[in-house]
Amino acid sequence: MTDTQSNQPSLAQIWDWLDAVPDPEIPVISLVDLGIVRDVEWSDDGLIVTLTPTYSGCPATSVIRLDVKTALAAHGIDRLTIKTQIAPPWTTDWLSDKGRARLADYGIAPPSPAGGPDQCPRCASPKVTRVSQFGSTPCKAHWRCDACLEPFDYFKCI
Amino acid sequence: MSQDQALAEFLLRMGDNTLILGHRTSEWCGHGPALEEDIALANTALDLIGQTQMWLGLAAEVQGQGKTADDLAFLRDAWEFRNLLLVEMPNGDFGQTLMRQFLFDAWHVLQLRALTSSSDARVAAIAAKAVKEATYHLDRSAETVIGLGDGTEESHARMQAALYYLYPYVGEMFLSDAVDAALVEAGIAPDPASLRAEFDATLARVLGEATLTLPAARRARGGGRDGKMHTEHLGHLLTTMQWMQRAYPGATW
Repeated sequence: MTDTQSNQPSLAQIWDWLDAVPDPEIPVISLVDLGIVRDVEWSDDGLIVTLTPTYSGCPATSVIRLDVKTALAAHGIDRLTIKTQIAPPWTTDWLSDKGRARLADYGIAPPSPAGGPDQCPRCASPKVTRVSQFGSTPCKAHWRCDACLEPFDYFKCI
Repeated sequence: MSQDQALAEFLLRMGDNTLILGHRTSEWCGHGPALEEDIALANTALDLIGQTQMWLGLAAEVQGQGKTADDLAFLRDAWEFRNLLLVEMPNGDFGQTLMRQFLFDAWHVLQLRALTSSSDARVAAIAAKAVKEATYHLDRSAETVIGLGDGTEESHARMQAALYYLYPYVGEMFLSDAVDAALVEAGIAPDPASLRAEFDATLARVLGEATLTLPAARRARGGGRDGKMHTEHLGHLLTTMQWMQRAYPGATW
């Protein structure tokens, strides 16, 4: 092992740093919570971070790359390659439990295999109605609670 | 024709379909009949443009002439486009837009599903990504076609007229030529005709629920996927979509 390598931050440390980078559109969860950081590894040419897009046309993709670069540069990592990988395709199964809990706290119903939210993220009523299959970002749909009458976002399950 | 030439042609067909339909759909942005529908249309357009970046990006790579997906989207003229005529048809009213989307989605899902087992890993990866989005689009477009078809007298009549207007362009999805034969041979893509039975079953089910009548004539109007004869609508679309590159060649920001 060369000196350079022994001075490298550990991969666990880098995952921790990435876990502090918020998703630009849903800042209560991190990029790691969202499940879009697929791999982190050291190579002879520096660090390689592999990202996967949520939706193929998600406009946040380029901002996310920039945010990763900026965050890691702040920790002294200047030799960085960001790779994009599309297979296997991103799935909401990759959302972390921490991320799901934070979404619910924030007022966004987390994805559910049933195809719709279990309950209203505000008042917990199970009486909810879909307003639209699409919402404020590609990854969300628009629902409404029939009990408290508040509209809310639902994180689409894909 | 070499296998790479056939593959590049096929990738243009896939990418041009999503590019032209994505652009058409984006024409609704700010004009939807309700805020939710406006957002849904814009999201659908976004997915399609995202898929275009992958298909045309790979097309450029296979062509090997140093072009990018943007070069292919913005620097070709009408006769070089390989999209189905269906997707260049004008939006018409909201019902006609959603009927066009449904007819495309019903085919697109089957095509992408088949492509997930392509012998070309790059094609399979794009298809696996895109099929999730396309399935979601089909859920919505089918539901809307049913809602409007089996809706009021006015909405029913408009949806029936949309179906009569667009149906002659459906058959082109199932035509095949030497490009398709080469790809079937290589295990890269399915024979277009092999998707017809399941497509017809989807149409029968959804249009039945929508109380709409499927036109009897099945004559296919072709000329888009092979670029031989696009409709007049494509050129008009391109003048808007490519305006920036035509007015300021090479502009970047």
